Amino acid sequence: MATIQFDLVSPERKLASLEASEIQIPGSDGDFTAMAEHAPVLTTLKPGLLSVKVGNDLMEYIVTGGFVEISGSNASVLAEEALPRNEVDTSVIEGLIEKATIALEDVTAENKDDAEKRLADTKALLSLI
Amino acid sequence: MPNLKDLKTRIDSVKSTRKITKAMQMVAAAKLRRAQESAEAGRPYADRMNAVMANLASGASGADNAPKLLAGSGENQVHLLIVATAERGLCGGFNSSIAKLARAKAAELTSSGKTVKILTIGKKGREQLKRDLGDKMVDHVDLSEVKKIGYSHASQIASDIVSKFNLGEFDVATIFYNKFQSVMSQIPTELQLIPAKFELDEGQDAPFYEYEPGEVEVLADLLPRALSTQVFTALLENGASEQGARMSAMDNATRNAGDMIDKLTIVYNRSRQAAITNELIEIISGAEAL
Repeated sequence: MATIQFDLVSPERKLASLEASEIQIPGSDGDFTAMAEHAPVLTTLKPGLLSVKVGNDLMEYIVTGGFVEISGSNASVLAEEALPRNEVDTSVIEGLIEKATIALEDVTAENKDDAEKRLADTKALLSLI
Repeated sequence: MPNLKDLKTRIDSVKSTRKITKAMQMVAAAKLRRAQESAEAGRPYADRMNAVMANLASGASGADNAPKLLAGSGENQVHLLIVATAERGLCGGFNSSIAKLARAKAAELTSSGKTVKILTIGKKGREQLKRDLGDKMVDHVDLSEVKKIGYSHASQIASDIVSKFNLGEFDVATIFYNKFQSVMSQIPTELQLIPAKFELDEGQDAPFYEYEPGEVEVLADLLPRALSTQVFTALLENGASEQGARMSAMDNATRNAGDMIDKLTIVYNRSRQAAITNELIEIISGAEAL
């Protein structure tokens, strides 16, 4: 089966580099799954669960934002924060919610919708773990 | 001729200085390795970000609705110079080379009638520029409590810069830092942050992307991140350069101290022998007189 080269990088380090068979991505316009030979897409991420299927293994990461670049046989996820799912517990998510709430407080009027959406997405993470 | 006791004290003091500089050199070498590793680790992200931004920016910069961060405020009057230096001294010409570059730029801008504002990162640059450019300083970022520079620090600085820009406090922002070339050489570099500039690598063919949500939205979302990434990269380069500069400065200092000890030891031995010879002459001439 054709695979797609998956890279997960954060500003501080490279988190993963795998040959994946499929990747589920929480895009800001909706979740989607990328497989080999996907059309080139560049999309931003919303807070959510990124799952990568490598053979029969499933790896899951909680991401809080960033973007994905998919071109043919490559998928690069540039995430500001990405944590393996098994390292995330409720307290981590609550920390993120708190951050999003603070961000919502001192946001300008035009960005208010975005910040609200972000908070809602972050809250939705609680149901994932 | 200095007496023997003074010489002895002097030699001992240079010896302990040598111990200190040697220790600092070793500490800097260890820190340098770590700083280089984190600079290395951050590179894939920065490279990808840069490539994507170059791609997006080349498409959008001509458009009327291009984000202000990319297109600029339309003016070129107020310049913000961000001077990133170290929190500590004893690292050779590291801090002063950045200060020198920033000072030259400030002088150039002032003479062509522009307004200059300065934001300093790191104590040492602030101290050096305070004397002549103190009235132009608008802000200072203190990283002295920070052990290891993380992305969060950079994004904090970047978002401060962006909010200042949005308030119309300046038109052009440039960051000054030392680019790490090797342990022996660090290159003082200036990089324009706002309006953002991204260089497309030659021969890199950009695939035609489908953008989600839209191209403009993606660009607007990514620009602040790209800015943070640029600041982060600059800070990491600076961190590695600082340790590199300190390492070679301390290496020189250790060697100089060694030379000095050798010279002083020769003087010490000569004076000691002279004293012994003198004493012998006194004894012999005393014995002959009897």
